[in-house]
Amino acid sequence: MTPRHLLSVSDLGLDGIDEVLRLADTFVEVGRRPIPRVPALRGKTVASVFFEDSTRTRLSFETAAKRLSADVMTFTSSSSSLNKGESLRDTVLTLEAMGVDAFVVRHSCAGVPAQVAGWLESAGGPGAGGPGGQAGSAASVLNAGDGAHEHPTQALLDCFTISRERERRFGHSPARPAVLSGLRIAIVGDIRHSRVARSNVIAFSTLGASVTLVAPPTLLPPSLAGWPVEVSHDMDAVVAKSDVVYLLRLQSERMNEQFLPSLREYTATFGLTAERARLLGPSALVMHPGPVRRGVEIAAEVADSPSSVITTQVANGVAVRMAVLYLLLGSGAQVGA
Amino acid sequence: MGQRERTLVSPVGGVFRGRAVVMDAEDVRRATWRIAHEILEHNRGAGHLVLVGLQTGGVWIASALAEVVRAVSGTDVPVGALDVAFYRDDIGLRPVLPVAATEIPVDLGGAVVVLCDDVLFTGRTVRAALNALSDLGRPAVVQLAVMVDRGHRELPIRPDYVGKNLPTRRLEMVDVSPEGVVLGDMVSPGDMVSPGDMVAPGGLVASADRAGLEGEAP
Repeated sequence: MTPRHLLSVSDLGLDGIDEVLRLADTFVEVGRRPIPRVPALRGKTVASVFFEDSTRTRLSFETAAKRLSADVMTFTSSSSSLNKGESLRDTVLTLEAMGVDAFVVRHSCAGVPAQVAGWLESAGGPGAGGPGGQAGSAASVLNAGDGAHEHPTQALLDCFTISRERERRFGHSPARPAVLSGLRIAIVGDIRHSRVARSNVIAFSTLGASVTLVAPPTLLPPSLAGWPVEVSHDMDAVVAKSDVVYLLRLQSERMNEQFLPSLREYTATFGLTAERARLLGPSALVMHPGPVRRGVEIAAEVADSPSSVITTQVANGVAVRMAVLYLLLGSGAQVGA
Repeated sequence: MGQRERTLVSPVGGVFRGRAVVMDAEDVRRATWRIAHEILEHNRGAGHLVLVGLQTGGVWIASALAEVVRAVSGTDVPVGALDVAFYRDDIGLRPVLPVAATEIPVDLGGAVVVLCDDVLFTGRTVRAALNALSDLGRPAVVQLAVMVDRGHRELPIRPDYVGKNLPTRRLEMVDVSPEGVVLGDMVSPGDMVSPGDMVAPGGLVASADRAGLEGEAP
């Protein structure tokens, strides 16, 4: 059956990720047309429900929905009835009562998108008695980042960027569906607070890459049991042998205790400085999910160098989110783990 | 060749079992030559001509027509491919995923576009293609060339160039390839005579979506 929601990148499995990436190829082509819009989701309503600040993810999702001809409802917690004391559940059910087909949810607490999905499935409303005659709303929930848990569409666009950029730049066209087979990918920085790292560890290893985490011990999660990763604290050695160096932002807003002696010491030990970038192999890619703190985790000249695909990541985000929205709302395709 | 069976990875499932060969390879070749000449006659040459095949069954027809046009008029006409999945009117009613890439090599503004497809049935694919075209540019003229017109139109659409008019029952299936045109039925895999009768799926996987469509129950 079609997955109703995208809460974790593991909801898709290898074949599901492959389907998203292939569909994203066709949406990249749509994006190049004089009128970059198709009528595929005409009549569907997508609500972007963000309880936490975001620029690129929110705009990227909304652009994706509009390019599929869906209607877009925008909710911001700061200007909502949450300030009047309405509960999160009532807010969601109010939106659902207006007829929403997909909720794109971001929240600072892990698990909120899953909780929203649960409320919708047991709710009444216009979508009640949906497919299969079961009670509850038929709306889908897409996780746009929940706490330090997951950010599945970021991982999907990162996989898409790595595979398609390597193909475009160096002519590597890998065997599908495990398109990252044999690649060595380093994820560097604030792993502990990063939902991007969690989703990417799952996605990269599902697609066949071997993942190395590089971070000071204070910025690693308390336990890595069950994570398919290696851990290193030697940035120079890892940079020299990696096909992809994926830098994370230091999430100072989530750091409620002293994790680092100083930012300058972090940059010297784990930042991708200009000197360290000379160790990169000729076909290595440098990535960052944004927002970039130039001079902290990455030097400005490295972020703007030819190895950097940071702006390509953003550009691919729209096509990949179109693919996810179309897969969940329009295609009726059978994907999933 | 009269009893062909092919595996279709179709959303509606089933296997195509041919019953009668309606055109052989030579007939298809002659029809292609005639249609190419008609296109040149009707448009007074190959100026501004762009041949656009509908994914996937119409793509080889567009290329075959372009070859004849080149041989006759000496002009290399641009050939494009169009996937109309996102413009279909049955999204949500059945699984719809794009089967192949859209690739239009030239600006369509002012062009004489000939849409090429293997089978014209309900006309819904052509309706979707017309909407897709209007998002890609503004052609001066759009015409339609099909190898087989099997009737049962549900929209006011008519072809400009036809290889063969083939009266069919609604539930029958038509399989078109450079090797010929075969009339048959979809049977469920359980009803197959033996697995050995099936042609390997390679050649027809791509046309599955289309075949499912052209034979789908109303």
